[in-house]
Amino acid sequence: MREIDVASVTKAVKDLSISTNIYLGDDVKNALREALEKEESPLGREILQVILENHEISEREKMPICQDTGVAIVFLEVGQEVHFTGGAIEDAINEGVRQGYAEGYLRKSIVADPVLKRKNTTDNTPAIIYTRIVPGDKVSIQFAPKGGGAENMSEVRMMTAAQGIEGVKDFVVDRVSRSGGNPCPPIVVGVGIGGSFERCAMLAKEALFRTIGEPNPDPEFNEVEKELLRRINNLGIGPQGLGGRTTALAVHIKTVPCHIASMPVAVNIQCHVSRHGETII
Amino acid sequence: MKTVELRTPLDDDQISNLESGDKVFLSGEIYTGRDAAHKRLVKLIEEGKELPFDLKGAVIYYVGPAPSRPGQIMNSAGPTTSYRMDSFTPLMLENGLKGTIGKGPRSIEVRESMVKNKGVYFAAVGGAAAGIAFSVKQASVIAYEDLGPEAIRRLIVERMPLFVVNDTKGNDLFEAGVAEYRREE
Ligand code: SF4
Repeated sequence: MREIDVASVTKAVKDLSISTNIYLGDDVKNALREALEKEESPLGREILQVILENHEISEREKMPICQDTGVAIVFLEVGQEVHFTGGAIEDAINEGVRQGYAEGYLRKSIVADPVLKRKNTTDNTPAIIYTRIVPGDKVSIQFAPKGGGAENMSEVRMMTAAQGIEGVKDFVVDRVSRSGGNPCPPIVVGVGIGGSFERCAMLAKEALFRTIGEPNPDPEFNEVEKELLRRINNLGIGPQGLGGRTTALAVHIKTVPCHIASMPVAVNIQCHVSRHGETII
Repeated sequence: MKTVELRTPLDDDQISNLESGDKVFLSGEIYTGRDAAHKRLVKLIEEGKELPFDLKGAVIYYVGPAPSRPGQIMNSAGPTTSYRMDSFTPLMLENGLKGTIGKGPRSIEVRESMVKNKGVYFAAVGGAAAGIAFSVKQASVIAYEDLGPEAIRRLIVERMPLFVVNDTKGNDLFEAGVAEYRREE
């Protein structure tokens, strides 16, 4: 049994809130640089240049890359040998969000009642927390600030086995096509297939955490990803939707087994500010 | 496609000169507003009450900035998605609003209203929010402080870089751009 004080989780979440909102992963930056080289639209190139310059400004000035510093998504993996002390783990995570969003001067974008009152909670809590118990004595915290613009373009569809992989592909391309310039392209497309109604949506989100450029471990789905990326970029949506050859930087697919009667598919759209980070305690 | 230096408030001549695809450097006074603020503004118009700022010739920037640090004029402040304001915009254009700034396409109703009332829609680069903040020279909350990031702010901007998406002739840069770079499979 390993004892971990939840204060260390608070600290980790606080630091991740601030760092993920200021520093983007090298994989995203490199993908954007490559896109700039390939982009045929002059306006598209200008936009990509503005996006790349913005990274430099945010790092230099320690300002958030985007003003929408998102809802705090936390994937928590807890080793089953771990015993948390010092308080409730979910409270500790929310405290980390509270501190990080205050000290980092990040935008508080959460309303308490989603429909009727829509009153801001003023500290960006609650975070959305997914917990898994895994073997071992470590705790892993994956953190992603998720902006509203791209999240709003996401969708779950309960498809049938008869629709097959061609149906899945058409759904993904159609979802991106209907999103147009709204989710701040160039985007990253997370696709979850299998599981159940809610599981495929989580899978699609998990898929966004994969490093851009890393191939899908399944060679067949790797080919599907390449085909989807080509088809999506042939839509012509381009940077910010104003036309161009770069609509998506990557398509990431994740699959799990599912019921014989079902084929749930989720598409989670991520904007070019593809922020995520991980801390292991 | 040309580059235009523009200063608010905007009049019909300035607006009519703009064409979809033009690059604009916008200077002067603009106002911020998102869904929650629009809901209140439209209610005031419908009730015949006075608005917290003069709509005549005004430009509204769809943005909810990150909170400023002490001594900082404006923290990151990029555009939010415009379609969420579509149901409110025609009434505001009818009441003198001349320009809106956001990201993503507008509805047919908004586009038609821009032709009819001589209005224009500008795109700022979504996600390039730290850079945009530096074109803001002054900022103050003038209404709805309770809305936090969604409060209405009066900004003084200097050469804010924008693209004209919808002009008064009914052109749309999203449609034109996508048509040009689309490749049939
Ligand atoms: S979609 Fe992404 S880049 Fe665009 S405003 Fe939202 S968080 Fe920022």
